[in-house]
Amino acid sequence: MSAELNDLIVGILMLGGALMSLAAAIGLTRFPDLMSRMHAASKPQVLGLLLFLLAIAVQFESWSLLPVLVVCWLFMILTAPVSAHMVGRAGYRTKHLRPELLTIDELDDVVGRAQELLLQSRADGTGDADEDEDPQVDDDPGAHSQAGSLDDDSSAQTAQGARRPGHSPEG
Amino acid sequence: MTRRAQMRNRPRVPLLKEIPLLIWLVFLWGALWQDFSAGNLIFGAVLAFIVANIFYLPPVELSGRFNPLYAAGFLVRFFYKLVHASFEVLWLSVSKGPNIKNAVVGVKLRSRSDLLVTATGHALSLIPGSLVVEVDRSTSTLYLHCLNVSTPEAADKVRKDVRDTESWLIRSIGTREDLDVLKAEQALAGPPSGRQADGAATTSKEVNP
Amino acid sequence: MMSIFVVLVAVMLSVAAAGAIFRIARGPSILDRVLAADVLLTIVGAALATDMIVNRNLDYLALLVSISLIGFIGSVTVARFVTDRR
Repeated sequence: MSAELNDLIVGILMLGGALMSLAAAIGLTRFPDLMSRMHAASKPQVLGLLLFLLAIAVQFESWSLLPVLVVCWLFMILTAPVSAHMVGRAGYRTKHLRPELLTIDELDDVVGRAQELLLQSRADGTGDADEDEDPQVDDDPGAHSQAGSLDDDSSAQTAQGARRPGHSPEG
Repeated sequence: MTRRAQMRNRPRVPLLKEIPLLIWLVFLWGALWQDFSAGNLIFGAVLAFIVANIFYLPPVELSGRFNPLYAAGFLVRFFYKLVHASFEVLWLSVSKGPNIKNAVVGVKLRSRSDLLVTATGHALSLIPGSLVVEVDRSTSTLYLHCLNVSTPEAADKVRKDVRDTESWLIRSIGTREDLDVLKAEQALAGPPSGRQADGAATTSKEVNP
Repeated sequence: MMSIFVVLVAVMLSVAAAGAIFRIARGPSILDRVLAADVLLTIVGAALATDMIVNRNLDYLALLVSISLIGFIGSVTVARFVTDRR
C-alpha cells in the first residue's frame, strides 16, 4: 500500500471516530432527559473506538497488533452495555426519567399491576414474601400517558409471570 | 484445612466445560503480550489453568451448539446495525434534540437461557433505538427504553426487531430446544412477526422450563 | 495531508470534550454527570489513539485497553449506590 493511500485511509477513519465522539457529546448536551442521553453515550462511542482502533491497525500495518486491538474492542463491547444498563436501571428506579417524554411505558403498567396484586394479596392475608420484582413503584400511574392500543395480553402475562412464586429458575 | 475442605466441596467444573474459558484466557495473554510464540502460550495456559481453578466462578452454561454460518450472519447484521445506530443517534440529536419522544417497551424473549438473554440484551444495547432498562429473569422479558418511538406501530417494529435479533442468536449459539421452538414457530406463522410469535413463545414455557 | 486530518480530529475531539464537560458541570443529577464522565473518558481514549497514530508510537496501547476494560466500573458503582439509596 502506498504511503499516500495509507494516510488517507487513516485520516478518514480518525475523522469518523472523532465524528462519533462528537455525536456522543451533541447527544449529551441536546437530549432532554437521562435516558436519551444514555443512548447517545453508549452507542456512538463503541463505533468511535472501533474506527480509531482500525486507524491504528492501518497505520502500523502489523499483524501482531491485531489481537490486542480486537481484545480492546471486545472489552468495550462487553462493558459499555453493562454501564448503560446499570445507569438506566438506576435512573428508572429513582424516577429520573421524565414521563411526559415517554409515549409508551409498559414497565410502568406491569409495575402498577404487580403493585395492585400485591396490595390485594396483602389484604387477603396471603401475601408471599418474595416480592423482589418490584422496581420503585410509581404513586400515580395516571400521570403517564396510557396509550390505548398497548399489547395488553403480553403485559398481563408478564405481570402474572412476575408474580408467580417459585417459577423463577434457581440461580 | 477448612479452606481445602471448602475447595473440595465446590461442584467441580469438568475440564471440557472449562476449555472455552481457558482458550479465551490464553488468547488474552498472548494478545496483551503481543507475542503468540509457543513458549509464551504454554506459560499462559498454565497461568490460565491456575487462575481458573483458584478464582472459582460458576461456569457459564454454553449450549454446546454453534453454527458458524449464522454467527457470521449475526456479526454482519450487528456491525451494520451498530453503524446505523450511531448515525441515527447523531442525526436524532441534531435534528430532534430536546423534542425527542421515547417509550419503554416490554419484549418477551423465547429463550430462558441466561447466556442468551444476556447476549441479546448486550446486542440490543448497541443497535438502534433500544437500551435495556430492566430484565425480568423469571419470564425472560426485557424492558427496553427506545429512542424516538411515538406510536404503537413503532413499538411493534422495535419488538419485531428484538425478536429477530434473538432468533439470529438462537440460530447461532442457542440450545437445541430453543431452536426447535423457533422452527416450530416459523413453520406456524411463516415469517416471524412480533404479535403472532407471542403465542408460540408462551407455549415454549412448557417445553423448556 | 495528514496534518489537515489531525487538526480536524483535534478540533472535533475538543468540541466533544467541551460538550461532555458542559454536561458534567450542568447535569441535573449525579447519573448525568457519571454518564458524561464516561464519555469524557472515551474521548481521552480517542485522543490517546490519535497521538499514537500521529507520533507513530505504541506507548499508550495498554492504557487504551485498560480504559476500555475498567472505564465502566465508575458508572456502575455510582449507579449501584444511587439504586440502593433510593
